[in-house]
Amino acid sequence: MSVVSLSVNGKPVSEDVEDRTLLVYFLRDTLGLTGTHIGCDTSQCGACVVHVDGRAVKSCTMFVGQAAGREVTTIEGLAEDGKLHPVQEAFREHHGLQCGFCTPGMIMTAVDMIRRIPDLDRATIRAELEGNICRCTGYHNIVSAIEDAAKHMAEDGQGKAA
Amino acid sequence: MIPYAFHYRRAASLKEAEALLAANADAKLLAGGQTLIAAMKMRLAQPSDLIDISGLKELSFIRAGEDAIVVGAVAKHFEVAASDEIARAIPALAGLAGSIGDPAVRHMGTLGGSLANNDPAADYPAAVLALGAAVATNRRVIAADDFFTGMFATALEESEIVTEVSFPIPKRAGYAKFPNPASRYAMAGVFVAETKSGLRVAVTGAGPCVFRVPEMEAALAKSFTPDAVAGIAVDPSDLNSDIHGSAEYRANLVTAMAKRAVAAAAR
Repeated sequence: MSVVSLSVNGKPVSEDVEDRTLLVYFLRDTLGLTGTHIGCDTSQCGACVVHVDGRAVKSCTMFVGQAAGREVTTIEGLAEDGKLHPVQEAFREHHGLQCGFCTPGMIMTAVDMIRRIPDLDRATIRAELEGNICRCTGYHNIVSAIEDAAKHMAEDGQGKAA
Repeated sequence: MIPYAFHYRRAASLKEAEALLAANADAKLLAGGQTLIAAMKMRLAQPSDLIDISGLKELSFIRAGEDAIVVGAVAKHFEVAASDEIARAIPALAGLAGSIGDPAVRHMGTLGGSLANNDPAADYPAAVLALGAAVATNRRVIAADDFFTGMFATALEESEIVTEVSFPIPKRAGYAKFPNPASRYAMAGVFVAETKSGLRVAVTGAGPCVFRVPEMEAALAKSFTPDAVAGIAVDPSDLNSDIHGSAEYRANLVTAMAKRAVAAAAR
């Protein structure tokens, strides 16, 4: 057991957990943030994607100790003052989901790719979704949502923030 | 999936990492963890301690020199892929790094981790071997030709730590791989490079360990064109055969990827 301190969605947290605790279990079981999902549990499906220091990572393949002292953002941390993040809004607008299981990871991956890549086209979006699997195969609307969100965020000066 | 219990330690310096590693025979280094953590979750690996070196600033750098680009062992794949200096000097290396795994994996995975693990389908070994890179450790410098010794095996000794890799800047270089349509791991990846010390062709993914193809190297030294390697086949008896493809299929892929790598290098 070790006390691990980190920031989650802007709030400091400090918990005594087993060293073998994976970040995804820490978020879900210790903190109750169940928006981050466990799909494949083998680093392939991307349902568990969160941001650590602003970069998308798979929280099923990272121990919580690796995140100590760092800033973690989950799907719960995207909306501000009850207002959806532009990527969340675009997923709703374009119905970028079917069952919704992959959606948190898709959105966290989308926010990261919009930050990194200016002028996203559909082919690039599809390539960047390499590590996120939608088993409803609803990719078409997911791509449309990301394309639209990127456009809106660029207009509002929110793209490529960091 | 939950791994066996272990102690997590974050090393504050390379010296501390050396001491922690030497003090415990069952300790392992943790860099990006993108292979090790998966193996631990499957309970295929059971280290007593994980010594996290991913945050060591002294191992996290990209330095451009006159003749070589030196990359620190814990430089992440995305950093190599996004480096302007590497894009200018060895664009094939930047492209290779950007083709590993997926964006989230590239945010964690490291050069040193990939080399020390030496997965038969890993991309980096092809670049290291074809460019004739030098792998530096906390004890010595190992030439690429001596580093990769077999499937998941390297020349690294107990508690030896990869610190940096020096990639000679080539006159030209290209990398082409045929990814498995599902896993995206290289079924065959070929890195072709012409450096001051000559022409090299290295193949990953197709065999149990990265290897060179002397016949292709000789042919390209005479004529650096895709046609020069089009008629050269590697012996399938040394290649992998599994549900994803037979050894004969992989041998064919090696020639096809070699042609594409030469074409990419010639551009």
